[in-house]
Amino acid sequence: MNDDDPRWLDEPRNVTRLVYGLVVLCALAFLADLFYTKDPHFGVERWFGFYAIYGFVVSTALVMSAKEVLRRVVRRDEDYYEPPERTRDDE
Amino acid sequence: MTSNPALLLMLGAIPVPFLRGWVRGAWLVALPVAGLILLWTTPEGTQAGFELFGLAVEPLRVDALSRVFATAFHVAALLTMVYALHLRDASQQVAILVYAGAAIGGTLAGDLLTLFVFWELTGLASAFLIWTRRTERSYRAGMRYVIAQVISGLLMLAGIVERLHAGAGLEFSYIGLDGPGGALILLAIGMKCAFPVLHAWLQDTYPEATIVGGVALSAFTTKFAIYTLARGFPGTEMLIWIGVVMACFPIFYAVIENDLRRVLSYSMINQLGFMVVGIGIGGSLGINGAAAHAFADIVFKGLLFMSMGAVLLRTGTVNGSDLGGLYKSMPQTTALCIVGAASISAFPLFSGFATKSMIMQAVAEEHRTVAWMLLLFASAGVFHHAGIKIPYFAFFAHDRGWRVAEAPVNMRVAMAMAAIICLAIGMGPAWLYDMLPYPVDYVPYTTPHVVNQLQLLLLASLAFTLLIRTGLYPPELRSVNLDFDVVYRRVLPGQWNAALRGVTQVRTRLGVPLRQRTGRLLEVASGPLRPRGWLGAPWPTHVMVWWVALLLGVFLLMSMLYS
Repeated sequence: MNDDDPRWLDEPRNVTRLVYGLVVLCALAFLADLFYTKDPHFGVERWFGFYAIYGFVVSTALVMSAKEVLRRVVRRDEDYYEPPERTRDDE
Repeated sequence: MTSNPALLLMLGAIPVPFLRGWVRGAWLVALPVAGLILLWTTPEGTQAGFELFGLAVEPLRVDALSRVFATAFHVAALLTMVYALHLRDASQQVAILVYAGAAIGGTLAGDLLTLFVFWELTGLASAFLIWTRRTERSYRAGMRYVIAQVISGLLMLAGIVERLHAGAGLEFSYIGLDGPGGALILLAIGMKCAFPVLHAWLQDTYPEATIVGGVALSAFTTKFAIYTLARGFPGTEMLIWIGVVMACFPIFYAVIENDLRRVLSYSMINQLGFMVVGIGIGGSLGINGAAAHAFADIVFKGLLFMSMGAVLLRTGTVNGSDLGGLYKSMPQTTALCIVGAASISAFPLFSGFATKSMIMQAVAEEHRTVAWMLLLFASAGVFHHAGIKIPYFAFFAHDRGWRVAEAPVNMRVAMAMAAIICLAIGMGPAWLYDMLPYPVDYVPYTTPHVVNQLQLLLLASLAFTLLIRTGLYPPELRSVNLDFDVVYRRVLPGQWNAALRGVTQVRTRLGVPLRQRTGRLLEVASGPLRPRGWLGAPWPTHVMVWWVALLLGVFLLMSMLYS
């Protein structure tokens, strides 16, 4: 296939479809807690949908804190240590 | 007659520069395979021991713990060799063979002296994998890398000497933090397996390696250190918290890092953190988990480095800010990279699911709530940056118009082999579990485990998707992010230069006037003594007689007063 042919993913509508698909999957995963017996080691594991909520909350918190706090503190120009050297690689 | 697989690989490297074409290729691939056969036909126990200055040296010891790591290193050597087949310049292939051989030799070492020799050799051999990129930048990075490795070696040597001094002998078994030399040896290991603060060399130098070098580096040094830690310091409480910090802090950096091979270096520290926790917990489940996860990590991290190497080879960059849309040109590399990404994220059916979960289980069984919650956070985090960010920004995201060739065939074969191993561990982990040091009664595929892991990962990916769609996700920016390497790359050199400037200033400010003053003082003080000074001039005889009489009189008076 030619690399420049339009692909399925190039169509924004299809990407939106994928996102909705993911939302449905997430909802299913969340509701799956109704259908099995838990085998918890910790009290928090008994909460309904604990893993789902925890996964969503901590990853949002991770990205936002990395962006708003860490990047502000540690970001420097690319040539902070030495001038950038675009490398032509092995062979 | 027994022979050491490590020597096989290292001696096998000698003819490589003289071989050409397919003969060299066949030789390179045959060596790790032969080493693996040799390893598995060597019976358990110590072989070829001898005495050196009254100390027992045991260069070859095979037991379950050393064998699982040595097997993983052979697999990594094979994958890396296939990945490196396209190189016409033999220097990297030789370096990789020596490097892999050294890591295997260290793993099979039964005494601390042999361990030390291989410990240093891995550091030196692997430095060539950075230098052979042959740029000014990689030369300096290689120097920093070597310095870190040599410091680690010296710490280990000091620890070994302390042990010998305390009469603990050379045998390499449980050392413990309280044992003689324990703290020094732990520090040496801590440098190689990137304990917090000691980690900076890893994310600083690995991304500067050659394409093939990055793959090799990702496999050996750190996992060799993990093996040493697992043998010397199992059940050391402190390691649990060190491991938790290692698992957590790099993921913040990985989110904002632009160089995708540096993102992988951070995620390597994160994965090492899980292994260190497993070793800290100790016991059969903890050590099994650490060993199994090290095996899985060698393969999936190698696969991820291979895919990024292929991108670097074809496009000349691995910056997230310059990449995107590569799935159109490199569909196979994309698919294989996703297998690696799913494995490191511990998706069910992929390797991390069967191995990392053993460590999580070990933590859970000890009811360490805080450590467990933080490791769960780190699991979601690694999915974010290694599982989604790497494939997303390299192969999808915005199409930057790269129209390149697919990766060379040998690279794709190597990646496919790694992907098959990832799936083989994930789908049927029994063969890996059988290799582990302790009998395994852990079952990864239970309904709660599969469902909980899917919940965690699916909702984490939903968070990523929403952040991308709403534009809140931090854009990839060309930048340098300060990490602890700023201390030795900026602060310490800065201090040193400031100190040098200070000394020069002190010399000009104080030294010059001081020299002038002392010169003048000397002139004034020595004035009377000079030929024309009043002391130096010839005195009349009668004046001298008067002086002598005066002195004698004073002397007489004094002696009478004090007698």
